[in-house]
Amino acid sequence: MSEMTAAALSADDSAVPEPIVLRAEKITKVFPGTVALDSVDFNVYRGKVNVLVGENGAGKSTLMKILAGVEQPTSGRILLEDNEIHIRSISEAAAHGIGIIFQEMTLCPNLSVVENIYLAREVTQRGLVIDRKTQKQKARELLHRLEQNIDPDKQVSDLRIGQQQIVEIAKALAQDIRVLIMDEPTSALSESEVEVLFRVINDLKSRGVSIIYISHKLDELLQIGDYVTVLRDGRLVETARTNDISVAWIIEKMVGRNPAALFSRTEHNIGEVLMKVEDMTLPRPGGGYVVDHVSFDLHAGEILGLYGLMGAGRSDLVDCLAGARPEARGQTTLNGQPVRAITVPERIKSGIVLVPEDRQREGLVQSMSVADNILLASLDSYSNGLFLVSSKQKEAVKGMVKSLSIRVANVGQSITSLSGGNQQKCVVAKALLTSPKVLMLDEPTRGVDVGAKSEIFEIISRLAEQGYGVIFISTELKEVLAMSDRILVMSKGAITGEFSRAEATEEKLVAASAIGHGLAGAANQNGEAQINEHN
Amino acid sequence: MSTTNAVPVQKSQRLTRTNTLQFLLRGRAFIALILVVGYFAITLWPQFLSTQNIEIVSKHVAQNAILAIGMTFVILTGGIDLSVGSIVGLTAMIAGLLMNNGIAIPALGVVVYPHTWMIVVISIVAATLIGMINGLIITRFNVAPFIATLGMMYIARGLAGLLNNGATFANLVGRPELGNTGFEKLGAGDFLGINYSIWLMLVFALVGWFITTRTPFGRHVFAVGGNERSAELSGVRINRTKTMVYMISGFCAAFVGLIIASQLVAAHPATGNAFELNAIAAVVLGGTSLAGGRGSIGGTLIGAFVIGVLGDGLVMSNVSSFWQMVIKGGVIILAVIIDQVQARMQARIALQQQQETK
Repeated sequence: MSEMTAAALSADDSAVPEPIVLRAEKITKVFPGTVALDSVDFNVYRGKVNVLVGENGAGKSTLMKILAGVEQPTSGRILLEDNEIHIRSISEAAAHGIGIIFQEMTLCPNLSVVENIYLAREVTQRGLVIDRKTQKQKARELLHRLEQNIDPDKQVSDLRIGQQQIVEIAKALAQDIRVLIMDEPTSALSESEVEVLFRVINDLKSRGVSIIYISHKLDELLQIGDYVTVLRDGRLVETARTNDISVAWIIEKMVGRNPAALFSRTEHNIGEVLMKVEDMTLPRPGGGYVVDHVSFDLHAGEILGLYGLMGAGRSDLVDCLAGARPEARGQTTLNGQPVRAITVPERIKSGIVLVPEDRQREGLVQSMSVADNILLASLDSYSNGLFLVSSKQKEAVKGMVKSLSIRVANVGQSITSLSGGNQQKCVVAKALLTSPKVLMLDEPTRGVDVGAKSEIFEIISRLAEQGYGVIFISTELKEVLAMSDRILVMSKGAITGEFSRAEATEEKLVAASAIGHGLAGAANQNGEAQINEHN
Repeated sequence: MSTTNAVPVQKSQRLTRTNTLQFLLRGRAFIALILVVGYFAITLWPQFLSTQNIEIVSKHVAQNAILAIGMTFVILTGGIDLSVGSIVGLTAMIAGLLMNNGIAIPALGVVVYPHTWMIVVISIVAATLIGMINGLIITRFNVAPFIATLGMMYIARGLAGLLNNGATFANLVGRPELGNTGFEKLGAGDFLGINYSIWLMLVFALVGWFITTRTPFGRHVFAVGGNERSAELSGVRINRTKTMVYMISGFCAAFVGLIIASQLVAAHPATGNAFELNAIAAVVLGGTSLAGGRGSIGGTLIGAFVIGVLGDGLVMSNVSSFWQMVIKGGVIILAVIIDQVQARMQARIALQQQQETK
């Protein structure tokens, strides 16, 4: 297969065969009981963005871990500039000039931005004392290059996820690298930050740095990538130049079948006003508002999209509605009745439930089984006042597994054994079992592969059809546009635009999301971290 | 084609092997118990396995096991309770005070001597209240459990001393004319020939097991320890759950205090000194993770037996008390190392399943 592709590439007469900096040959990785990679060839072209795509479990991450020294291949060779190398650890990879930005963040939340960037590579005076001034200076330059206004002394736990991702990138840039592996670097970034990242990538390319880029966002891949390699079930499917292919081509190769419509939106009837939010306000410590006097209606059977840049207050707004912010002020009315509930359990009981943004940190209890996670929010409904009734529980879990098509062999197995998409479905299942009226989904498709994504959209549509009021938050414009009946745009805590499905366009949403920000684009404003964000 | 046929066979063999190892590692506390009992049964034949000795060892184990069962709840939420040893001492002293001195009511110029059962109830309520104070300090004022209960450890021990100016309440048999006799039966009495304290241990274990596995509250305990934020957003009342586990811990400690005071027919303010450490050791040995979210009451019971059998066996073998400490410490560390190995293995299996179900 690879010889064929190589031939196809050289047949393209405009291209002199490009120099290959890193070459993985016939890499096989066997885990006890499973073959994660089956004799995969992968070439990294110098100064190019080499994209790697595939569904969850296709073997991308394993291949990356092998190149970064986290895992050792069972067989196969790695050649750097035509010399065979053995990479036994991340620090050995770094010595060879290979850096990696992991999908799961690896920052220490208790350290500052500078300390994280230079962790284990501290700039010292005579090898003894940390040279704080130089470190800070350099960190500031790096962040500046990333067009971010993050205070280098700020503790990482005080930053939003997107900003943490930026720090992660800065950390990789702080090393002297010739190959940089980026595993889903944009999954937490807003559109404008993605643009910044792409500019940085282009800058790195022009300096001869080769990028290996993994992402689930397919149109993004075509925009930034030079070469695309598709993996499926641990095998190499095909490598091609981005110029020669389309999104449809990638999906077809990834899934092995024709891409059905990704957004399966069914028509549904929008009913009466279900929830009325008036004057919702969340003060920011140190003055100003995180959520700035927000009022809106949500109808039964409506999918209300909520779009905005990172830090615009979308997540904070739904947190307030879910009762997770006791300091929030404002009135909520549900079916004409004022909601007096303040705490999360009371809000859940009254029918307002949130599927939180960060699945790992806020959605799942990793030490519990699939069934226990699904049941966690509604245990009272499955007990006879004192004890849990296992038959009732089993039935409920079985129903959810079936209706959301959660792929799990045995509901007693650990939640961590599921793929990201199925984990997300479990969080949704947990919310649905509380029999809510209003379901708020904060970034439900983050870090989820194409197949699972389309299933989650299907679930959302079905819920709207059944008369739930759905609030759907996404940083991906296309998703919001495709799924929503109505879209609210937030900026700096306030609603800056409201569009019906018919009138909404990408340009309008972007323009509304930048209101209140300077001309330079909204990215710079994100430096105002929300201190209370994750408390 | 031939390769696709070969893979599943290889897969299933590998899985069976890891499953067996996993099974052995999960039952490690039980295996350790069998090894310890087996060793002493052989080296101390025949007296170690005599009915009399088994009852003595079980009586020793019962105290630590009851404490450890309460401690399991706390540790499952990711907390720790260092005050239980002091609560044991304080409960014993409260019972002693009520029995020997009664409650003086100066306004009426009388001294009220409560019935024995009232003494027991009052002591238990007091200990549970102390647990509640622990919980409230931890949840309302956001004090780390280690610090809050460390403080309470000193406070309760100090109060125990204050109750009789550091002296012992001796001869806790009560007086028939006051109607407060019979306290010694709790420690000495038996049912079907088995000491009450052993029965209590079994009842505590059974109820504890039931609560942790079969009630919403038990599920909440695991959820809080596994991921507090997720639990909170799922509507679990975090503060209530946490306060409850410290109350349970205090409740268990009260029984231990009463059992000891009753067995000795005396209450000394230093009763239960350093018991918290033995209880924590039993919990950890039983496979409960100090980080919270993982563990079981059954494991704790076995852990308490391992420590108890090891302790008594070494004494009977005339091993010096210094070597006893060294050996006990080694066993605890080894247990945690094995725990880590098993956790890593479980993570790998989870990864595998993830790739397979894909």
